Amino acid sequence: MTKDIVLEARKLCKQVSSPEGPLTIVDDVDFQVTAGESVAIVGASGAGKSTLLALLAGLDTPTTGSVLLAGEDLTHLDEDGRARLRAARVGFVFQSFHLVPALTALENVMLPLELAGRSDARPVALAALERVGLKGRTGHYPRQLSGGEQQRVAIARAFVTEPAVLFADEPTGNLDTVTGARIADLLFDLNARSHTTLVLVTHDRTLAARCARMWVMEAGRLVPG
Amino acid sequence: MLQRALQLGLRMLGREWRSGELGVLLLALTVAVGALTGVGFLVNRISQSVALQANEVLAADLRLEASSAPDDRYAREAERRALRTARTTSVLSVVFSGDRNQLANLRAVSGAYPLRGALGVSSTVFGTAQLRATGPKPGEVWPDSKLLAALGVAVGDTVSVGARSFRVSQVLISRPDQGGGFGELAPSLLMNLADLPSTQLLQPGSRASHALLFAGEREAIAEFKPWLERERQRGERLRDVREASPQIQSAIDRAGRFLSLASLVAVLLCAIAVAMSARRYVKRHLDSVALLKTLGASSNFTLTVSLVQLLLIALAAALLGSAFGYVVQSWLVQALQGLLRADLPPPDLVPLALGFLTAVSLLAGFALPPLLQLSRVPAIRVLRRDMGPPPPAVWLAFGPAVAAVTFLVYWVVRDWTFFLIFVAGLALFVVVLAAAGALLVKFAAAMRGTVGVSWRYGVANLSRRRAESIVQIVAFGLGIMILLLLAVVRNDLLTDWRKSLPADLPNFFFINIPPDQREQFFDYLDAEGAKTARALPMIRARLTALNGKPVETLQFADPRGEGYSQRDQNITWQAELGNDNRLVTGRWWTEADHGKPLVSISEEYQQGLGLKIGDRMTFDVAGETIEAEVASVRHIKWDSFQPNFFVVFPPGLLDELAGTWMTSAYFKPGDGGVIAELVRRFPSVSVFDLDDLLAQVRSVIDKAVFAVQSVFVFTLFAGLTVLLAAVQATRDERRYESAMLRTLGASRATVTRGILAEFTALGLLSGLLAATGASIAGYVLAHQVLQVPYAFDLTIWIIGLIGGALLVAMSGWLATRSVLRQPPASSLRGAAP
Repeated sequence: MTKDIVLEARKLCKQVSSPEGPLTIVDDVDFQVTAGESVAIVGASGAGKSTLLALLAGLDTPTTGSVLLAGEDLTHLDEDGRARLRAARVGFVFQSFHLVPALTALENVMLPLELAGRSDARPVALAALERVGLKGRTGHYPRQLSGGEQQRVAIARAFVTEPAVLFADEPTGNLDTVTGARIADLLFDLNARSHTTLVLVTHDRTLAARCARMWVMEAGRLVPG
Repeated sequence: MLQRALQLGLRMLGREWRSGELGVLLLALTVAVGALTGVGFLVNRISQSVALQANEVLAADLRLEASSAPDDRYAREAERRALRTARTTSVLSVVFSGDRNQLANLRAVSGAYPLRGALGVSSTVFGTAQLRATGPKPGEVWPDSKLLAALGVAVGDTVSVGARSFRVSQVLISRPDQGGGFGELAPSLLMNLADLPSTQLLQPGSRASHALLFAGEREAIAEFKPWLERERQRGERLRDVREASPQIQSAIDRAGRFLSLASLVAVLLCAIAVAMSARRYVKRHLDSVALLKTLGASSNFTLTVSLVQLLLIALAAALLGSAFGYVVQSWLVQALQGLLRADLPPPDLVPLALGFLTAVSLLAGFALPPLLQLSRVPAIRVLRRDMGPPPPAVWLAFGPAVAAVTFLVYWVVRDWTFFLIFVAGLALFVVVLAAAGALLVKFAAAMRGTVGVSWRYGVANLSRRRAESIVQIVAFGLGIMILLLLAVVRNDLLTDWRKSLPADLPNFFFINIPPDQREQFFDYLDAEGAKTARALPMIRARLTALNGKPVETLQFADPRGEGYSQRDQNITWQAELGNDNRLVTGRWWTEADHGKPLVSISEEYQQGLGLKIGDRMTFDVAGETIEAEVASVRHIKWDSFQPNFFVVFPPGLLDELAGTWMTSAYFKPGDGGVIAELVRRFPSVSVFDLDDLLAQVRSVIDKAVFAVQSVFVFTLFAGLTVLLAAVQATRDERRYESAMLRTLGASRATVTRGILAEFTALGLLSGLLAATGASIAGYVLAHQVLQVPYAFDLTIWIIGLIGGALLVAMSGWLATRSVLRQPPASSLRGAAP
């Protein structure tokens, strides 16, 4: 049973200091995701969704509690250790795409492969771009691509390393409804085909409904939706 | 890991280059290195030219002097090393013409003489000189004006020298190696060395002095000199320019200081430009680094990637910049051919090394700290844009920059006093600029309610970007200050320097004026309208002991000391300290000290002999022994061309000793007849024409002035790059903001006015601070480094204020103009700050 749990949060808390005193953003969150599962975390703006995502992915450190990702306790790893773990097991899709503006679509997708030291980066990245339908735009820079195309590049980059867990933060938030729906299709399709665990953070209930499970974030607390 | 970082760094660099990301940083660095190496190359060539010119006072690059003819093997070795050689032999003898005769110094020179410089000849006594590259042909002689005046002979007549007769074919007006010293009191005659044996003057035991002259490539001379130093025999003396002419050396030293100052300016401008560009580079890479970390890169990895990139940029900039500097320098030398020597040596590669070293140390000092910061960007920035790297420790932010500037400044000036003044002044100015910047930002925030919308937006920007604004004020302020300072140096100081060698500077020296003819002599000078300088007694003396120890038993670390201890010395006594003398240590005598056994010595003498205040010196003066205590050390401004002595006693000690008087005076050119008459009337007085030496000193100064002016062009270019870099630093942010404002309905004119308002305010304050700084720095420079008077000038402030506002507003507008032309949407898309 434990073997199948790919992501787990234990009594996770995040406090920050503010002019009005300490502010609890993530409050005592316990949470498990099994391999291949898709989970949505929904909630209003400012409920703490993005902070929780950052803690789960090891981009930020909790005040108390711990996160186990692919069997490793993130709180026992230093920043570089967490980075190594992300390189091997984690993929990301962001609301604002976060493509490197100086790199072409192909180079953006090659980036995580190159970081992992793979010599076959180019053909693998080309294949990934083909899968997201951007075979003809590999040499374009992000500023030459539409929002939907930029997110496709980001998705190709997220899946190209075949991660164990994919974190998606409002992946359709910056896109119009039609494009957003297509991107969502692509995301779930690739997720299903590659057996990746998907953790999706969104305020869009329709999108969240496509996940196997849904959690709701309210004032820092996580409740099953 | 390193290999992967290298690969990725290279690949990313290539990709960023293709996308145009690196253009600005590379341009800034290239211009910076180009300016510095351009200055370096030019300064290098000009100083070589100046050094060559200086060597003319030796008529060679090196000179071996001896009382017997130097061995042939020296010349053979020199020729083996592709050096040119020449020989001279001097002997005192009487020259006859009819029933008149005159003791003269016969100088027999070989065909190659002079190796450096030229001989000045004329067809009339004390006439205007025409230049000749070689000496008289066999059978001919060139007596000087004094000799011809004394013998009553003209060109075309015949004179007898020893067993032979010669035709006078020219009047010798000047020799390059006549120097400013007074070793030869007798008139002189130049003849061909091949004729010397036939005169039968050179007999065993006759008192002749011989010189072997060497000239050639700088490196070859530099290698040959130590060889000669080792091989030379006792009694053979090696001379180079340093001791040949203190006047020329003094001018060269000043020129050197001027040029290093100009190089320093370029160094500083580079530093500012690099600092600004590096900041921008880092700012633009925050997101990429955060993303790399999210994708699994470690801090070390991202740091290595950035380092590799920066190092490659430095390398490219150093190469491009040096090439650019070299080309510009060659073009300048071409364009100014008339002004520089035709045989200007090619520049050596030192400036190239300096260019590389500069690029690397500037990047290390100014770009490394922000880069280290860059590697500390938290990965969470991908989710929260406001998360930047933690602020750096103070030592890390400023330490390397301070170290880099310190290193470069010292490398350029190599003079601790100048260096300390410079660094302290610079540090003070940066602190004052930053403090004033902070004040302005505060003040601007307070007044934003009272101005129109454009100004409110512009001024609000100043206070919102507090840190950025302060950095910009410091950068603008420093840039404008350096440009203003250079203008001050270029105009005021150079004019003052030229003034310090006025046209009526003494051009004739008169020595051996007998005490009983002194009054008549000065009356004659007055009657002829000459401007006479001070008159001083001149007494021959020999240093015999220091602190009771005979000089023969002493060893001197300084080669000059050996010379001073072996040669006869002219000494004097004097009540007042001349205005061209400055006390270095000790005190000048009062009336109460007159007659006491005290002595004042020059700085050169003190260094050469390793003396200090209170040391006892013993002199043999015409058989009498005088012991005196060192009371003061003087710095002598040799280029005042007034009579000056290494060793000066107070009045009342030597008054009774036999001696003659000396003075210097200014005669208008063309007064040759007056001098000829003077020689006839006062036959025992020796006359020295200094016009040639003065012309040499003036020429050195003119070259230095030209160099500083050319360098000004380079630094102006570097200064503009700084302004561009400073404006570029906030360009991305401005692009986003102006798009947003226009989206909100602001017209392009409103946004433009806002940007202009912000930059004008920045420029005004920077200009004000810069003018103040430039005035103070100009004052310090004038007094401490160049030793010329300095007058404060209000126009500097006016130029600073108006120029600063205009220049900064203009560059601000130019740099952001393209931003305003784009439709807001394209600026907003993917270009968040």
